[in-house]
Amino acid sequence: MTEFLHVLTDHWSLFGKGFGNTVKLFLIAAVGSLLLGVLLGAFRVSPIPALRWFGATYVNIVRNTPLTLVFAFLVFAVPKLDVDFEYFTAAFVALTVYTAAFICEVVRAGVNTVPPGQAEAARALGLTFAQVLTQVVLPQALRSMVPPLMSVLIAMLKNTTVAAGFSVLEAGAIPAYMAEFGEPQFYVLLWIAIGFLVLITPLVLLQRFLERKLAVAR
Amino acid sequence: MTGEALIVLENVNKWFGPLHVLQDVDLSVARGEVVVVIGPSGSGKSTLCRAINRLEPIDSGSITFDGRKLPAEGRALARLRSEVGMVFQSFNLFAHKTILQNVMLGPVKVRGEKPAAARERAMSLLERVGIASQADKFPAQLSGGQQQRVAIARALAMQPKALLFDEPTSALDPEMVGEVLDVMTSLAKDGMTMVVVTHEMGFARHAAHRVVFMADGQLVEQASPAEFFANPKSDRAKDFLSKILTH
Ligand SMILES: Nc1ncnc2c1ncn2[C@@H]1O[C@H](COP(=O)(O)OP(=O)(O)OP(=O)(O)O)[C@@H](O)[C@H]1O
Ligand SMILES: [Mg+2]
Repeated sequence: MTEFLHVLTDHWSLFGKGFGNTVKLFLIAAVGSLLLGVLLGAFRVSPIPALRWFGATYVNIVRNTPLTLVFAFLVFAVPKLDVDFEYFTAAFVALTVYTAAFICEVVRAGVNTVPPGQAEAARALGLTFAQVLTQVVLPQALRSMVPPLMSVLIAMLKNTTVAAGFSVLEAGAIPAYMAEFGEPQFYVLLWIAIGFLVLITPLVLLQRFLERKLAVAR
Repeated sequence: MTGEALIVLENVNKWFGPLHVLQDVDLSVARGEVVVVIGPSGSGKSTLCRAINRLEPIDSGSITFDGRKLPAEGRALARLRSEVGMVFQSFNLFAHKTILQNVMLGPVKVRGEKPAAARERAMSLLERVGIASQADKFPAQLSGGQQQRVAIARALAMQPKALLFDEPTSALDPEMVGEVLDVMTSLAKDGMTMVVVTHEMGFARHAAHRVVFMADGQLVEQASPAEFFANPKSDRAKDFLSKILTH
């Protein structure tokens, strides 16, 4: 048991740095993918066919590409185009591009739960497409969007570990370092699992809070 | 009624796939005129009504409102829609907003009015339709008749040049039909231009200036209510009237 505890206490700074980067990567990719995902979702339900086509094509391509390939493309292929990427930036972009496709689908499914008469009444009043979405449709879609949205974000949090394979020191990279120190891998993995559990708990609580709040708002 | 045309449809055609729902429709509605559209189910009444504010785009022909051709999708269309109020069969009040917020949304977001001014007008409109005491409730807490009166207030809040009604009382329990028709009748008396799709023959008789009978996507005949009900010319209209008036 003491050995188990020592694995953590002896390497406090490594764990701190690793999980710190995981949280950082998660938070900015969450903001990025929410923004991009909602925008793509709006494309998919817009009255302009070209935008709908773009949204659908994006989702079909990105959602069907393994995340490691998206990473590899950004880390190895894009620099060839003379775009210089830090590994961390590449990881952020890869996660955002990938996760946005899933958020886009959550948004579209959410919009479809709102009766079409709501958007029609809003259009008949003279609201623009953006106003129809933000004033009438999305607020009503939100309730059904919260659970799948949280699932996507939790999956994204765990997907940050893919960045370890591309030289980003985040939680997923800790085992490799610890192996060099000769620490027992089982304990290391256990601590990392516990770390993710701790990180995911606030997301679960947030989901519960939002569900309750949106349920009360009629 | 001044006789000056506010809504003009010329040679309007609309298909849903192979179905020709509007066939060479010509219709002109004067400022201040109340036109009731009747006809059997599936004859294209809703489509006609919805074409006027382009909720349903047409395939050929032209529609002008207040001298301007209906614009294609975009800001200009949104502006035009803000001048044409619409009342739906299923009310379509915004479920996440209170009654007052429902009535204020258009003036504030579309017209950019100050919330205080919009609120004041909204309250006086709610007063007019008899719902002022329910202003802070949500739509689901109101009866159908009350919801439909709010929907009329919401449309009026935009100070529209015309109002379109698509079977505004068809989803209501019988005892609530009267309260909605009363509001509509008073609007008609005040000189509002109205296109009303309805099966309420009493309203057609008393409030309409003209009855338009539709069947199979065509305007079969039109006449003053007195003339139409006493003396329908087409067989389709005679048949239709005999069916609805015997019940
Ligand atoms: N979005 C649509 N797609 C395909 N067909 C449609 C659509 N909307 C209406 N139709 C068809 O077009 C025809 C005319 O419909 P419309 O709703 O205008 O009739 P209506 O006269 O209003 O009938 P009702 O009295 O039942 O409301 C009907 O046959 C209907 O099934
Ligand atoms: Mg209809």
